Amino acid sequence: MYSTNYHRASSVDEAVALIAKGSDAKFLAGGHTLLPVMKQRLAAPGDLVDIAKIPALIGIEASGDTLTIKAATTYYDIMHNADVKRMIPAIAHLTSVLGDPAVRYRGTIGGSVATNDPAADYPAAILALNATVKTNKREIPADQFFKGLFMTALEDNEMITAISFPVPEKAGYAKMRNPASRFALTGVFVAKLKSGEIRAAATGASQDGVMRVPVIEDALKANWSASALDGIKVSDDGLIEDIHGTSDYRANLIKVMAQRAVQAAG
Amino acid sequence: MGIEGIGARVARKEDRRFITGRGRYVDDIKLQGMTYAHFVRSPHAHAKITGIELDAAKAMPGVIDVLTGQQIVDDKVGNLICGWAIHSKDGSAMKMGAWPAMAPETVRFVGQAVAVVIAESKNLARDAAEAVVVHYEELPAVANIKAAIADGAAQLHPEAPGNIVYDWEIGDQKATDEAFSKAANVVTIELTNNRLVPNAMEPRAAVAEYNPAEEHFTLYTTSQNPHVARLVLSAFYNIAPEHKLRVVAPDVGGGFGSKIFIYPEEMVALWASKKTGRPVKWTGDRNEAFVTDAHGRDHLSKAEMAFDADNKMLGLRVKTYANFGAYMSLFSSSVPTYLYATLLSGQYNIPAIYTEVVGVYTNTTPVDAYRGAGRPEACYLLERLVETAARQLKVDPAELRRKNFITQFPHQTPVIMAYDTGDFNASLDAALKAIDYAGFPARKAKAKSEGKLRGIGLSCYIEACGIAPSKAVGSLGAGVGLWESAEVRVNPVGTIEILTGSHSHGQGHETTFAQLVADRLGIPINQVSIVHGDTDKVQFGMGTYGSRSAAVGMSAIFKAMEKVEAKAKKIAAHQLEASENDIVIENGEFKVTGTDKAIALPMVALAAYTAHNLPDGMEPGLKESAFYDPTNFTFPAGSYICEVEVDPGTGKTSFVNFVAVDDFGRLINPMIVEGQVHGGLVQGIGQAILENAIYDDSGQLVTASFMDYAMPRADDVPSFQISHTTTLCPGNPLGVKGCGEAGAIGASAAVINAITDAIGNNRLEMPATPDRVWHAMQLQQAAE
Ligand SMILES: Cc1cc2nc3c(=O)[nH]c(=O)nc-3n(C[C@H](O)[C@H](O)[C@H](O)COP(=O)(O)OP(=O)(O)OC[C@H]3O[C@@H](n4cnc5c(N)ncnc54)[C@H](O)[C@@H]3O)c2cc1C
Repeated sequence: MYSTNYHRASSVDEAVALIAKGSDAKFLAGGHTLLPVMKQRLAAPGDLVDIAKIPALIGIEASGDTLTIKAATTYYDIMHNADVKRMIPAIAHLTSVLGDPAVRYRGTIGGSVATNDPAADYPAAILALNATVKTNKREIPADQFFKGLFMTALEDNEMITAISFPVPEKAGYAKMRNPASRFALTGVFVAKLKSGEIRAAATGASQDGVMRVPVIEDALKANWSASALDGIKVSDDGLIEDIHGTSDYRANLIKVMAQRAVQAAG
Repeated sequence: MGIEGIGARVARKEDRRFITGRGRYVDDIKLQGMTYAHFVRSPHAHAKITGIELDAAKAMPGVIDVLTGQQIVDDKVGNLICGWAIHSKDGSAMKMGAWPAMAPETVRFVGQAVAVVIAESKNLARDAAEAVVVHYEELPAVANIKAAIADGAAQLHPEAPGNIVYDWEIGDQKATDEAFSKAANVVTIELTNNRLVPNAMEPRAAVAEYNPAEEHFTLYTTSQNPHVARLVLSAFYNIAPEHKLRVVAPDVGGGFGSKIFIYPEEMVALWASKKTGRPVKWTGDRNEAFVTDAHGRDHLSKAEMAFDADNKMLGLRVKTYANFGAYMSLFSSSVPTYLYATLLSGQYNIPAIYTEVVGVYTNTTPVDAYRGAGRPEACYLLERLVETAARQLKVDPAELRRKNFITQFPHQTPVIMAYDTGDFNASLDAALKAIDYAGFPARKAKAKSEGKLRGIGLSCYIEACGIAPSKAVGSLGAGVGLWESAEVRVNPVGTIEILTGSHSHGQGHETTFAQLVADRLGIPINQVSIVHGDTDKVQFGMGTYGSRSAAVGMSAIFKAMEKVEAKAKKIAAHQLEASENDIVIENGEFKVTGTDKAIALPMVALAAYTAHNLPDGMEPGLKESAFYDPTNFTFPAGSYICEVEVDPGTGKTSFVNFVAVDDFGRLINPMIVEGQVHGGLVQGIGQAILENAIYDDSGQLVTASFMDYAMPRADDVPSFQISHTTTLCPGNPLGVKGCGEAGAIGASAAVINAITDAIGNNRLEMPATPDRVWHAMQLQQAAE
């Protein structure tokens, strides 16, 4: 790791001000993406602004048909939150199969969404549930947030403050873990929203990062059941081909995971 | 046996310090004035070094010196050696290219050291290493066996034309050809044995200190065999004569073979400590471990077995290509030859065997012994071949094995080994019973009705441990004898120190070796200390690998104990005014048999050291040493059966059950033995379904971190059902055989046999990842 200046911010405003002042400054949340990269000397922020202890960024709020998870809430807290389990159990499940206990104690939803790793779990939930990413400046709908591998709609120094999820009628997540990293080799989140809209998003599969899967959405629109997907064929165009899985294997996984996600959703 | 003697499940003495973070590893050592080394390593698999710019690095803060490959060559530090001479079929010696500790001219694998920065801190050394500019002229690389032996392939070493190190054979070709000509059936299989990265929990490290006043070096290093390290550093690398070099291997966090070898980093640390006049520490990080620790396995093989009409084995023909990487590591040459092909008879009566092994250079990390070393490769090949034969011949795989088991001992195989004892039917019977083999078809049918594919797979392994009879290995080309030494020191107060040339890096010697002493003297193990890992304390020893520490190391202790006991009995008899023949040892006392006269061990010891009243002519003191050279290898053997369920949607394998029945001879501490079996099985399962060191065609290691190299985790493996059958080893006084590698040797074939049984397609390579299994299922469905 190169040397860096560490700051702990106590409010969103202070954090944003520190970031603006710093040189090549970065927010630090759970540190489970940023610190390994810094240790490898692949990133060298001059200033780190720790936002993990900012009270306004921690906690989960349930109001009516919306579940809001603040950005610096840890996976562990999300997984064990009663409102999450009651309102969107698929998110509790997704979190329970994300990483390992050490990752879940520190990693945050904001950090995950800001990173947009192509094999991360949360982006699938956000896209499939049509969630809104709230920042210190604006609100960004899910469909406009993810912009390809490790790319998001966030501007420089823009901070995610919360994610708000509309509570769906049904939702489910199924993940095939990468045997080495345990990120998603392919994960699929399916949701039947209260508006009647049906959305399915796959992570870990596409070369462009998280994506919606229209063939699955169409089939489920006609018939919300796992067997409705029996006959569909997911194209392997543009899917990742690497040592852990070929593109046709991933295409198969999209279908199989979607079926299991529908089963889990009930 | 007493409550802490042989056979007792004593908790490991050493674990208290390990689990409370009080172990003392090489990286924990801090010396006055210590500096830190950081290596500049090649990013290319094959390149000429056309220039190195050091000035900027030398000017960086805290930099003491920057040293290069040319300097280490100029200073006449020796090239790395390979210590086992293998000869090709045509009688020629193996063909080796030079391996300098840092590359002066040519780099041949990614990660090879080119230069080293010595600085005041680890970070400053790393900063400066980034400022070293090396100019490379890239050369074409060969990254795997097939590429290396192809026509027109890039050549690594001028000494080894065609990238061939040797073309070796064993067995009787004519007799084998005849066997095949008489065969009713011939079964053939082609296999890859995947390359593995050892990944000991503690990365390698070295601290070197030079004392100019005495012209003396001390090296603290992560070694499985510090005396061998000292010998090689002295005799071949010109570091210092042996009496001017102390090598200490303190607590070592796992080795699995990868810490047998003397690596460039230790050599450089020693050399640099003299050049700079400061102690030098190097601690490898995980990235360096991935690209510089000797890898394991990496074979391509074709095997054929001939059967008569009654399904009796007639002959076995094997051709194997073994990947050695870019340089011949210390014992690499012996691994795919004498540690592999000599085990190809397995548990079977095979009248004729002929095997050819071609050793190949590639632009990859050097390959050497890794847990099992050759024997896992042999077992995997043979047990997949036998299982394949059972399927093709349409006979029950257990029955086919049983029909061909060796049942008479001793048994001379056609490939050197003379098995001393065993009972292969006993372990197979026990394993079949434990897994309820008879009930399997019903379980398979039930699983099918639930949409899952069930499979069962057997693996009946034999291996050779207790490495090794010195004369025998000498005649086969080994550069060293493989005996072990021990010294027993009874202190004046009756406590005991055992000095051993074995080295514990996870095996639990501090407990098991003490149990032997406790057993013989009837004293608690906390009165016994085991001293190992320091060439200043222990005179000599060959270290720990090849499951040799019980069979060879403890046998040496046994011999030294006998000498100590004989002398102590003389002293006791003298003190008790009895005949030495009437003295028996019980519960820490020397007793006159049949009387109540006794003298406690501390009093005997005190008498030995005060020397006030010893038998006439007896020397004072109570300390004896012994060297033990085994007369034969030992032959642990067993039966493993694995039952799996494959998810047809994803190709993912889950374990339903895993039964391991081993015959290790006498068990010193069954709990430690079980731990060794667990660890070995997990490594075998890791090889079977998870682990794979993959190079791309340009020679970059693609799986160079845990993000891509899948190490087994607890939830990847089942709970094991472990049991034992016992035939005592007749070759050593304790009747022990060795248990450290069995799991890694036997497990992988059982797993793949089970998965291929489940999916009905035998064409499946390790690691059987979900992706590969799914593809094999698609091919099978397309074929049906
Ligand atoms: C061993 C291991 C296994 C893992 N397995 C998985 C897995 O299975 N699935 C998975 O999805 N992930 C996995 N991860 C990644 C993990 O989820 C990370 O925690 C996550 O990607 C980043 O969150 P963080 O809070 O740790 O962010 P940090 O590492 O602190 O930050 C990551 C990036 O996001 C930025 N950032 C952080 N918070 C904000 C914010 N509020 N607003 C704007 N930018 C911000 C930072 O500046 C930085 O650039 C794993 C990580 C590890 C180490």
